[in-house]
Amino acid sequence: MPLDTAGPDRTWFEITRDVLKQHKVSLVTYVPDNVLRPLITLLESDPFFTCFVCTREEEALGIVVGAWMGGVHGIVLMQTSGFATLPNAIASLAMPFQIPVLMMVSERGTLGEFNIGQSLVARTMRPVLECLACEYHTMTRLDEAEFILDRAITQAVATQAPVTFILSPLLTGGKVFAK
Amino acid sequence: MALTANQPLRREQATIMNRFDITKRMVARLHRDEAVIGGIGYTNFDLWAAGRRPQNFYMLGSMGLAVPIAMGVAIAQPKRNVIALEGDGSILMQLGCLSTVANRRLANLTIVIMDNGTYQITGGQKAATEMGADIVAIARGAGLAQSAWAADESAFEELIDVALREDGPWLIGCRIDTAKPVDTTERDPARIRDQFMRGLGVKK
Repeated sequence: MPLDTAGPDRTWFEITRDVLKQHKVSLVTYVPDNVLRPLITLLESDPFFTCFVCTREEEALGIVVGAWMGGVHGIVLMQTSGFATLPNAIASLAMPFQIPVLMMVSERGTLGEFNIGQSLVARTMRPVLECLACEYHTMTRLDEAEFILDRAITQAVATQAPVTFILSPLLTGGKVFAK
Repeated sequence: MALTANQPLRREQATIMNRFDITKRMVARLHRDEAVIGGIGYTNFDLWAAGRRPQNFYMLGSMGLAVPIAMGVAIAQPKRNVIALEGDGSILMQLGCLSTVANRRLANLTIVIMDNGTYQITGGQKAATEMGADIVAIARGAGLAQSAWAADESAFEELIDVALREDGPWLIGCRIDTAKPVDTTERDPARIRDQFMRGLGVKK
Protein backbone atom coordinates (compact mmCIF):
# COMPACT_ATOMS: atom_id res chain seq x y z
CA MET A 1 0.00 0.00 0.00
CA PRO A 2 1.50 3.38 -0.95
CA LEU A 3 1.94 5.63 2.03
CA ASP A 4 0.23 9.00 2.09
CA THR A 5 3.37 10.68 3.27
CA ALA A 6 6.73 9.16 2.47
CA GLY A 7 10.19 10.38 3.31
CA PRO A 8 12.03 11.58 6.37
CA ASP A 9 9.90 14.59 7.15
CA ARG A 10 6.95 12.82 8.67
CA THR A 11 5.74 13.72 12.16
CA TRP A 12 5.20 11.10 14.87
CA PHE A 13 1.47 11.14 14.21
CA GLU A 14 1.89 10.71 10.45
CA ILE A 15 4.23 7.78 11.07
CA THR A 16 1.68 6.27 13.45
CA ARG A 17 -1.10 6.63 10.88
CA ASP A 18 1.03 5.03 8.16
CA VAL A 19 2.10 2.05 10.28
CA LEU A 20 -1.47 1.44 11.47
CA LYS A 21 -2.57 1.38 7.83
CA GLN A 22 0.23 -0.99 6.84
CA HIS A 23 -0.94 -3.38 9.53
CA LYS A 24 -4.64 -2.91 8.71
CA VAL A 25 -5.36 -1.53 12.17
CA SER A 26 -8.53 0.31 11.20
CA LEU A 27 -10.43 0.78 14.47
CA VAL A 28 -9.38 3.56 16.84
CA THR A 29 -11.13 4.16 20.17
CA TYR A 30 -9.97 6.95 22.41
CA VAL A 31 -10.47 9.11 25.45
CA PRO A 32 -9.35 12.61 24.49
CA ASP A 33 -5.92 14.03 25.24
CA ASN A 34 -4.29 17.24 24.13
CA VAL A 35 -0.98 15.69 23.05
CA LEU A 36 -2.87 13.08 21.00
CA ARG A 37 -5.00 15.75 19.34
CA PRO A 38 -3.07 15.90 16.01
CA LEU A 39 -3.16 12.09 15.74
CA ILE A 40 -6.88 11.95 16.53
CA THR A 41 -7.59 14.72 14.00
CA LEU A 42 -5.57 12.92 11.35
CA LEU A 43 -7.25 9.54 11.92
CA GLU A 44 -10.76 10.98 12.11
CA SER A 45 -10.26 12.71 8.77
CA ASP A 46 -9.08 9.52 7.05
CA PRO A 47 -11.84 7.22 5.74
CA PHE A 48 -9.62 4.17 6.26
CA PHE A 49 -10.19 4.48 10.01
CA THR A 50 -13.25 4.08 12.18
CA CYS A 51 -12.24 6.46 14.95
CA PHE A 52 -14.45 7.59 17.81
CA VAL A 53 -14.49 8.88 21.36
CA CYS A 54 -15.43 6.67 24.33
CA THR A 55 -16.44 7.62 27.85
CA ARG A 56 -13.82 5.51 29.65
CA GLU A 57 -10.61 3.73 28.73
CA GLU A 58 -12.05 0.36 29.84
CA GLU A 59 -14.92 0.82 27.43
CA ALA A 60 -12.47 1.74 24.63
CA LEU A 61 -10.45 -1.42 25.37
CA GLY A 62 -13.54 -3.65 25.47
CA ILE A 63 -14.57 -2.42 22.02
CA VAL A 64 -11.14 -3.22 20.58
CA VAL A 65 -11.29 -6.71 22.14
CA GLY A 66 -14.69 -7.41 20.57
CA ALA A 67 -13.59 -6.06 17.19
CA TRP A 68 -10.48 -8.27 17.17
CA MET A 69 -12.62 -11.36 17.75
CA GLY A 70 -14.85 -10.16 14.90
CA GLY A 71 -11.90 -9.79 12.55
CA VAL A 72 -10.92 -6.11 12.84
CA HIS A 73 -7.75 -4.92 14.59
CA GLY A 74 -7.87 -1.78 16.72
CA ILE A 75 -5.91 0.54 18.98
CA VAL A 76 -6.87 2.44 22.15
CA LEU A 77 -5.55 6.00 22.60
CA MET A 78 -5.40 7.56 26.07
CA GLN A 79 -3.29 9.55 28.48
CA THR A 80 -1.36 8.29 31.52
CA SER A 81 -4.12 8.83 34.09
CA GLY A 82 -6.51 6.87 31.86
CA PHE A 83 -4.12 3.97 31.68
CA ALA A 84 -4.30 3.78 35.47
CA THR A 85 -7.95 2.70 35.16
CA LEU A 86 -7.07 -0.32 33.01
CA PRO A 87 -5.19 -3.00 35.03
CA ASN A 88 -8.29 -5.12 35.65
CA ALA A 89 -9.39 -5.06 32.01
CA ILE A 90 -5.89 -5.95 30.82
CA ALA A 91 -5.47 -8.71 33.41
CA SER A 92 -8.91 -10.26 33.14
CA LEU A 93 -9.75 -9.68 29.48
CA ALA A 94 -6.91 -8.83 27.08
CA MET A 95 -4.29 -11.16 28.55
CA PRO A 96 -6.19 -14.37 29.46
CA PHE A 97 -8.23 -14.26 26.25
CA GLN A 98 -4.99 -13.61 24.28
CA ILE A 99 -6.08 -10.47 22.42
CA PRO A 100 -3.42 -8.28 20.73
CA VAL A 101 -4.91 -5.01 21.96
CA LEU A 102 -2.75 -2.06 20.94
CA MET A 103 -2.58 0.77 23.46
CA MET A 104 -1.00 4.17 22.90
CA VAL A 105 -0.51 6.35 25.96
CA SER A 106 0.55 9.98 25.80
CA GLU A 107 2.84 10.33 28.77
CA ARG A 108 1.97 12.94 31.33
CA GLY A 109 3.53 13.32 34.74
CA THR A 110 7.16 13.72 33.73
CA LEU A 111 9.61 16.17 32.11
CA GLY A 112 7.86 19.35 33.14
CA GLU A 113 4.56 18.20 34.60
CA PHE A 114 2.64 20.98 36.37
CA ASN A 115 -0.16 18.87 37.92
CA ILE A 116 0.85 16.82 40.98
CA GLY A 117 -2.03 14.39 40.38
CA GLN A 118 -0.59 13.54 36.98
CA SER A 119 2.95 13.15 38.29
CA LEU A 120 1.82 10.77 41.05
CA VAL A 121 -0.41 8.56 38.91
CA ALA A 122 2.23 8.41 36.15
CA ARG A 123 4.52 6.48 38.50
CA THR A 124 2.06 3.56 38.52
CA MET A 125 2.16 2.97 34.77
CA ARG A 126 5.41 1.11 34.20
CA PRO A 127 5.21 -0.95 37.43
CA VAL A 128 1.69 -2.05 36.39
CA LEU A 129 2.89 -3.01 32.92
CA GLU A 130 5.89 -4.82 34.42
CA CYS A 131 3.90 -6.84 36.91
CA LEU A 132 1.34 -7.79 34.28
CA ALA A 133 4.24 -8.87 32.05
CA CYS A 134 2.64 -6.70 29.37
CA GLU A 135 5.00 -5.70 26.56
CA TYR A 136 5.60 -1.95 26.30
CA HIS A 137 7.87 0.50 24.52
CA THR A 138 8.65 4.09 25.37
CA MET A 139 8.89 6.11 22.18
CA THR A 140 11.34 9.02 22.50
CA ARG A 141 12.82 9.47 19.01
CA LEU A 142 11.28 10.17 15.63
CA ASP A 143 13.84 8.03 13.81
CA GLU A 144 12.87 4.98 15.89
CA ALA A 145 9.12 5.45 15.79
CA GLU A 146 8.32 3.45 12.67
CA PHE A 147 10.58 0.56 13.65
CA ILE A 148 9.09 0.29 17.14
CA LEU A 149 5.48 0.47 15.97
CA ASP A 150 5.94 -1.88 13.03
CA ARG A 151 7.86 -4.57 14.91
CA ALA A 152 5.76 -4.40 18.06
CA ILE A 153 2.45 -4.69 16.20
CA THR A 154 3.81 -7.68 14.29
CA GLN A 155 4.86 -9.28 17.58
CA ALA A 156 1.53 -8.52 19.30
CA VAL A 157 -0.39 -10.32 16.55
CA ALA A 158 2.05 -13.24 16.32
CA THR A 159 2.09 -13.81 20.08
CA GLN A 160 -1.59 -12.88 20.68
CA ALA A 161 -0.63 -10.41 23.40
CA PRO A 162 -1.38 -6.76 24.12
CA VAL A 163 1.29 -4.09 23.70
CA THR A 164 1.53 -0.51 24.99
CA PHE A 165 3.26 2.40 23.29
CA ILE A 166 4.23 5.19 25.68
CA LEU A 167 4.64 8.50 23.85
CA SER A 168 7.35 10.41 25.74
CA PRO A 169 7.38 14.22 25.78
CA LEU A 170 10.80 13.78 24.15
CA LEU A 171 8.90 12.64 21.05
CA THR A 172 5.74 14.72 21.21
CA GLY A 173 6.79 17.85 23.09
CA GLY A 174 4.34 16.92 25.81
CA LYS A 175 2.02 19.35 27.48
CA VAL A 176 3.70 22.48 28.77
CA PHE A 177 2.93 24.68 31.74
CA ALA A 178 0.27 27.20 30.73
CA LYS A 179 1.46 30.41 32.38
CA MET B 1 -41.26 2.26 18.08
CA ALA B 2 -44.98 1.59 18.17
CA LEU B 3 -44.19 -1.69 19.82
CA THR B 4 -41.85 -0.32 22.47
CA ALA B 5 -44.45 2.32 23.28
CA ASN B 6 -46.79 -0.50 24.33
CA GLN B 7 -44.31 -1.87 26.84
CA PRO B 8 -44.42 -0.81 30.49
CA LEU B 9 -42.57 2.42 30.94
CA ARG B 10 -41.40 1.79 34.48
CA ARG B 11 -39.43 -1.00 36.08
CA GLU B 12 -42.11 -1.67 38.72
CA GLN B 13 -44.63 -2.48 36.01
CA ALA B 14 -42.62 -5.37 34.54
CA THR B 15 -43.32 -8.97 35.57
CA ILE B 16 -40.52 -10.74 37.43
CA MET B 17 -39.23 -13.54 35.22
CA ASN B 18 -36.61 -16.29 35.58
CA ARG B 19 -33.15 -15.71 34.08
CA PHE B 20 -32.57 -19.25 32.80
CA ASP B 21 -36.05 -19.47 31.33
CA ILE B 22 -35.80 -16.23 29.35
CA THR B 23 -32.21 -16.96 28.32
CA LYS B 24 -33.43 -20.24 26.82
CA ARG B 25 -36.29 -18.43 25.12
CA MET B 26 -33.84 -15.93 23.64
CA VAL B 27 -31.39 -18.58 22.41
CA ALA B 28 -34.27 -20.51 20.81
CA ARG B 29 -35.00 -17.46 18.65
CA LEU B 30 -31.47 -17.21 17.23
CA HIS B 31 -31.39 -18.72 13.74
CA ARG B 32 -28.78 -16.66 11.92
CA ASP B 33 -25.62 -17.29 13.95
CA GLU B 34 -26.15 -14.15 16.01
CA ALA B 35 -23.27 -13.39 18.38
CA VAL B 36 -24.08 -13.29 22.11
CA ILE B 37 -21.75 -11.73 24.68
CA GLY B 38 -22.45 -12.91 28.23
CA GLY B 39 -21.39 -10.52 31.00
CA ILE B 40 -19.78 -11.82 34.17
CA GLY B 41 -21.48 -14.01 36.73
CA TYR B 42 -24.87 -15.61 36.63
CA THR B 43 -25.81 -13.91 33.35
CA ASN B 44 -23.21 -15.90 31.46
CA PHE B 45 -23.62 -19.03 33.61
CA ASP B 46 -27.22 -19.31 32.41
CA LEU B 47 -26.18 -18.52 28.83
CA TRP B 48 -23.75 -21.43 29.09
CA ALA B 49 -26.50 -23.61 30.59
CA ALA B 50 -28.91 -22.65 27.78
CA GLY B 51 -26.78 -24.62 25.30
CA ARG B 52 -23.35 -24.30 23.75
CA ARG B 53 -23.15 -22.12 20.68
CA PRO B 54 -19.85 -21.26 18.98
CA GLN B 55 -21.20 -17.70 18.60
CA ASN B 56 -21.38 -17.25 22.39
CA PHE B 57 -18.65 -15.40 24.28
CA TYR B 58 -18.38 -15.75 28.06
CA MET B 59 -16.57 -13.03 29.99
CA LEU B 60 -14.41 -13.66 33.06
CA GLY B 61 -13.87 -10.61 35.21
CA SER B 62 -13.79 -7.21 33.45
CA MET B 63 -17.16 -6.43 35.01
CA GLY B 64 -19.21 -4.04 32.91
CA LEU B 65 -17.57 -4.73 29.56
CA ALA B 66 -20.18 -6.99 27.89
CA VAL B 67 -21.69 -4.05 25.99
CA PRO B 68 -18.33 -2.63 24.80
CA ILE B 69 -17.20 -6.09 23.65
CA ALA B 70 -20.52 -6.57 21.82
CA MET B 71 -20.10 -3.11 20.29
CA GLY B 72 -16.69 -4.16 18.92
CA VAL B 73 -18.11 -7.33 17.38
CA ALA B 74 -21.00 -5.33 15.89
CA ILE B 75 -18.60 -2.82 14.33
CA ALA B 76 -16.37 -5.57 12.91
CA GLN B 77 -19.29 -7.59 11.52
CA PRO B 78 -22.08 -5.18 10.55
CA LYS B 79 -24.15 -7.90 8.85
CA ARG B 80 -24.37 -10.05 11.99
CA ASN B 81 -26.77 -9.30 14.83
CA VAL B 82 -25.00 -9.06 18.17
CA ILE B 83 -26.59 -9.33 21.61
CA ALA B 84 -25.00 -8.18 24.87
CA LEU B 85 -26.40 -9.96 27.94
CA GLU B 86 -25.58 -7.92 31.00
CA GLY B 87 -26.60 -7.72 34.66
CA ASP B 88 -27.95 -4.59 36.33
CA GLY B 89 -24.95 -4.24 38.67
CA SER B 90 -22.60 -4.62 35.73
CA ILE B 91 -24.22 -2.03 33.49
CA LEU B 92 -24.39 0.41 36.41
CA MET B 93 -20.59 0.22 36.44
CA GLN B 94 -20.27 1.27 32.78
CA LEU B 95 -23.27 3.49 32.00
CA GLY B 96 -21.20 5.70 29.70
CA CYS B 97 -21.11 2.95 27.09
CA LEU B 98 -24.86 3.39 26.50
CA SER B 99 -24.23 6.86 25.13
CA THR B 100 -21.43 5.54 22.92
CA VAL B 101 -23.78 2.86 21.52
CA ALA B 102 -26.35 5.59 20.83
CA ASN B 103 -23.78 7.86 19.17
CA ARG B 104 -22.53 5.08 16.90
CA ARG B 105 -26.11 4.12 15.91
CA LEU B 106 -25.20 0.45 15.76
CA ALA B 107 -28.11 -1.05 13.82
CA ASN B 108 -27.09 -4.65 14.59
CA LEU B 109 -26.72 -4.35 18.37
CA THR B 110 -29.18 -5.38 21.08
CA ILE B 111 -28.56 -5.03 24.81
CA VAL B 112 -30.49 -7.29 27.21
CA ILE B 113 -30.30 -6.29 30.87
CA MET B 114 -31.03 -8.93 33.52
CA ASP B 115 -32.19 -6.88 36.50
CA ASN B 116 -32.82 -8.54 39.85
CA GLY B 117 -31.94 -5.47 41.87
CA THR B 118 -29.05 -7.18 43.64
CA TYR B 119 -25.40 -8.11 43.41
CA GLN B 120 -26.54 -11.70 43.71
CA ILE B 121 -23.23 -13.50 43.22
CA THR B 122 -21.56 -11.55 46.05
CA GLY B 123 -24.26 -12.23 48.61
CA GLY B 124 -27.34 -10.35 47.48
CA GLN B 125 -26.43 -6.78 48.41
CA LYS B 126 -28.97 -4.28 47.07
CA ALA B 127 -28.09 -2.51 43.83
CA ALA B 128 -29.13 1.03 42.91
CA THR B 129 -31.77 -0.55 40.65
CA GLU B 130 -33.59 -1.69 43.82
CA MET B 131 -33.45 1.86 45.15
CA GLY B 132 -35.01 3.73 42.25
CA ALA B 133 -32.59 3.57 39.30
CA ASP B 134 -34.41 2.49 36.14
CA ILE B 135 -32.04 1.13 33.47
CA VAL B 136 -34.52 1.63 30.63
CA ALA B 137 -35.06 5.26 31.61
CA ILE B 138 -31.28 5.73 31.91
CA ALA B 139 -30.81 4.18 28.45
CA ARG B 140 -33.40 6.48 26.92
CA GLY B 141 -31.69 9.41 28.55
CA ALA B 142 -28.40 8.25 27.04
CA GLY B 143 -29.97 8.41 23.59
CA LEU B 144 -31.18 4.83 23.14
CA ALA B 145 -34.75 5.65 22.11
CA GLN B 146 -35.59 2.01 21.38
CA SER B 147 -35.42 0.87 24.99
CA ALA B 148 -38.21 -0.98 26.76
CA TRP B 149 -38.99 -3.19 29.72
CA ALA B 150 -40.26 -6.65 28.78
CA ALA B 151 -43.73 -6.83 30.34
CA ASP B 152 -43.60 -10.64 30.55
CA GLU B 153 -42.11 -13.68 28.82
CA SER B 154 -44.14 -13.39 25.62
CA ALA B 155 -43.40 -9.67 25.36
CA PHE B 156 -39.71 -10.50 25.82
CA GLU B 157 -39.84 -12.96 22.91
CA GLU B 158 -41.63 -10.39 20.79
CA LEU B 159 -39.04 -7.71 21.62
CA ILE B 160 -36.16 -10.08 20.74
CA ASP B 161 -37.81 -10.86 17.39
CA VAL B 162 -38.27 -7.17 16.62
CA ALA B 163 -34.71 -6.35 17.67
CA LEU B 164 -33.33 -9.07 15.37
CA ARG B 165 -35.52 -8.00 12.49
CA GLU B 166 -35.38 -4.20 12.62
CA ASP B 167 -32.58 -1.70 12.90
CA GLY B 168 -31.22 -1.06 16.37
CA PRO B 169 -29.66 -0.30 18.67
CA TRP B 170 -32.15 -1.85 21.09
CA LEU B 171 -32.19 -2.23 24.86
CA ILE B 172 -34.52 -4.69 26.55
CA GLY B 173 -34.89 -4.53 30.32
CA CYS B 174 -35.85 -7.79 32.05
CA ARG B 175 -36.81 -8.00 35.70
CA ILE B 176 -35.70 -11.38 36.98
CA ASP B 177 -35.87 -13.33 40.22
CA THR B 178 -32.92 -14.43 42.35
CA ALA B 179 -32.93 -18.11 41.39
CA LYS B 180 -29.48 -19.70 41.24
CA PRO B 181 -28.02 -20.31 37.77
CA VAL B 182 -28.41 -23.80 36.35
CA ASP B 183 -24.72 -24.44 35.59
CA THR B 184 -21.28 -22.82 35.80
CA THR B 185 -19.34 -21.68 32.73
CA GLU B 186 -16.08 -23.52 32.06
CA ARG B 187 -13.35 -20.98 32.85
CA ASP B 188 -11.02 -21.56 29.91
CA PRO B 189 -10.56 -18.16 28.25
CA ALA B 190 -8.22 -19.21 25.44
CA ARG B 191 -10.69 -21.89 24.38
CA ILE B 192 -13.69 -19.59 24.70
CA ARG B 193 -12.01 -16.99 22.50
CA ASP B 194 -10.82 -19.50 19.92
CA GLN B 195 -14.25 -21.12 19.57
CA PHE B 196 -15.95 -17.74 19.38
CA MET B 197 -13.64 -16.57 16.56
CA ARG B 198 -14.31 -19.79 14.66
CA GLY B 199 -18.04 -19.33 15.31
CA LEU B 200 -17.81 -15.88 13.76
CA GLY B 201 -15.90 -17.17 10.75
CA VAL B 202 -12.76 -15.18 11.62
CA LYS B 203 -10.67 -18.33 12.11
CA LYS B 204 -11.01 -21.44 9.98
